[in-house]
Amino acid sequence: MLELENVWKSYRVGSLGSKRLTAVRDVSFTIAPGEVLSVVGESGSGKTTIGKMVLQLISVSKGTIRLNGQDITAARHAQRKEYYRRVQGVFQDPFSSYNPIFKADRVLETVRESFFPGTSRSEWGDKVERTLLSVGLDPTAVRGKYPHQLSGGQLQRMLIARALLLDIEVLVADEIISMLDASTRIDVLNLLGDLKERGLGVLFVTHDLSLANYISERVIIMRHGAVVEMGATGKVFGDPRHPYSRNLLASVPQLHRKWADAPDELEELEPDGDRELAPPALTQVDEDHWAAAGS
Amino acid sequence: MTTSVTPDADVIGKRSEHLYFALRNPKVVIGLTIVIGLLLLGVIGPFFLNNDPNEYIGPKSEGPSGDFWLGTTYFGQDVFSQFVHGLRSSYLVGGLGAVIAFAIGLSVGFTAGYRGGIVDELLNMLTNVVLVLPALAVLIVISSYLEVRGVVSQGIIIGLFSWPWVARAVRAQSFTLRNRDYVDLAKLTGKRAPQIIIKEIMPNMASYLLMSVILLFGGAILFAAMLDFIGLGPTNAVSLGTMMQQSMAWSALHLGLWWWFVPPGVAITAIVGSLYITNVGLDEVFNPKLREM
Ligand SMILES: Nc1ncnc2c1ncn2[C@@H]1O[C@H](COP(=O)(O)OP(=O)(O)OP(=O)(O)O)[C@@H](O)[C@H]1O
Ligand SMILES: [Mg+2]
Repeated sequence: MLELENVWKSYRVGSLGSKRLTAVRDVSFTIAPGEVLSVVGESGSGKTTIGKMVLQLISVSKGTIRLNGQDITAARHAQRKEYYRRVQGVFQDPFSSYNPIFKADRVLETVRESFFPGTSRSEWGDKVERTLLSVGLDPTAVRGKYPHQLSGGQLQRMLIARALLLDIEVLVADEIISMLDASTRIDVLNLLGDLKERGLGVLFVTHDLSLANYISERVIIMRHGAVVEMGATGKVFGDPRHPYSRNLLASVPQLHRKWADAPDELEELEPDGDRELAPPALTQVDEDHWAAAGS
Repeated sequence: MTTSVTPDADVIGKRSEHLYFALRNPKVVIGLTIVIGLLLLGVIGPFFLNNDPNEYIGPKSEGPSGDFWLGTTYFGQDVFSQFVHGLRSSYLVGGLGAVIAFAIGLSVGFTAGYRGGIVDELLNMLTNVVLVLPALAVLIVISSYLEVRGVVSQGIIIGLFSWPWVARAVRAQSFTLRNRDYVDLAKLTGKRAPQIIIKEIMPNMASYLLMSVILLFGGAILFAAMLDFIGLGPTNAVSLGTMMQQSMAWSALHLGLWWWFVPPGVAITAIVGSLYITNVGLDEVFNPKLREM
């Protein structure tokens, strides 16, 4: 359904765009309906950049992104708006996602303004109510409130509801639960589970390997802007082939292990090289399991 | 936070809350009263007075009296009539200069700050050039080449030179605001850049923008008075600055004609001072930390 093919992104940095920083290098993957694809990796590895390219908030430097076979990278404004009927996003910080001087449910109203100008108010009100209920929100408790009067979990759910008001096929969720407390986290995570039951594809960006393991069918591990390993979650986490993946898994804190129990030695990794060069190619090591060479 | 205990206070919202505190802030109330009072005098006054404030209608160099409330000039012109017309000119220059500078400053600032990149760098260069231009020298050159100088052309010229600091501040603010996630969310809702600037970014800077207009207004009035005083004022109208300039040119100080130069001087000081006081008051309203309870 959603397909990235050899996607690169370089940011212009420095005065007059004199330097370039390559944040994403030659990334290809697909998301199928009803599938959660997790993207994990260290800070600065380019996860958010991928999400923003999928959402067309930033341009793609090289490569293509397709939705149902249709290239979306060169779309004009009207086509992009149609694209947003089908692909939506939720971001990390719930408080930055809402304009603090307006009421929170304005994010739902702007969807009506933009996408459903013909829908009557009462019809729209019913739809909003149904959608809010479907994400586990009590409409009377959240409507007409300012963002600071709602909790982070309520705000994130309202953003998911906003996306669901459109008939989306893909949801980009960039660390949407990293700012929530543990108990709210699992609720929002289970909500994502419901969404995939409904046939949505979810691009789930996260730092947290256990969350990725819990929710996703497939997983991508990124480092220095490139994919080092990807495939079915069970295979990648159960039998990691790349040294970076092994280090990443070894550094997950375990509930029954103390720091004093001395964690395993981490493996030596290759340093960050010239990012303009193509990263090591992925080779298939098993069915639905690829790892970069050098492992 | 308890959500249901104080619903009313929050429904009122921030805007009316600001209005509430503004109307109870003595600085805002005093400042606005003076500014608006003099404005009304300048707008309404001329309808009840002589059409031509430069007409020689009375005795020369007369002190204030029932006939001539602020006396007459060395040539027998009615000072009160000149004063009222001068107020009107000064407000016109201030308003025109402020509106033009504000419009340019906003457009440049938002374009640079929101677009970023090379557009930003070019606009920033332009801003810095205009900022360091010796505006006074340029204004003197332009003004002295204009055959007929009017209040309107003076306002336009002042406006064309006073926008850079607004552009810089707006650019800096939109630079941070455009990176908020709600801007991205508005893009995902299919909004275009101008809509996002007007509906998402500008409301967050409303207090700041209001205060810049006030400062621009005061600055333009002061600048105009200065130009008038060095003899580059309007040639076809009376302004507070030209009154001062005329009175000095004809040695009103030595001749003791205080009623000729005191009123325009006091008025300029009062207008500009009141605008600054209003601004300080508004700052307290918008920043609750400064608010005296
Ligand atoms: N607008 C930008 N301009 C220039 N460089 C950028 C920009 N956005 C991101 N980068 C750089 O691109 C790289 C990847 O950033 P990105 O935000 O995608 O990382 P991330 O994997 O999401 O990290 P985190 O886990 O910390 O969120 C980083 O080196 C970052 O500094
Ligand atoms: Mg990120």
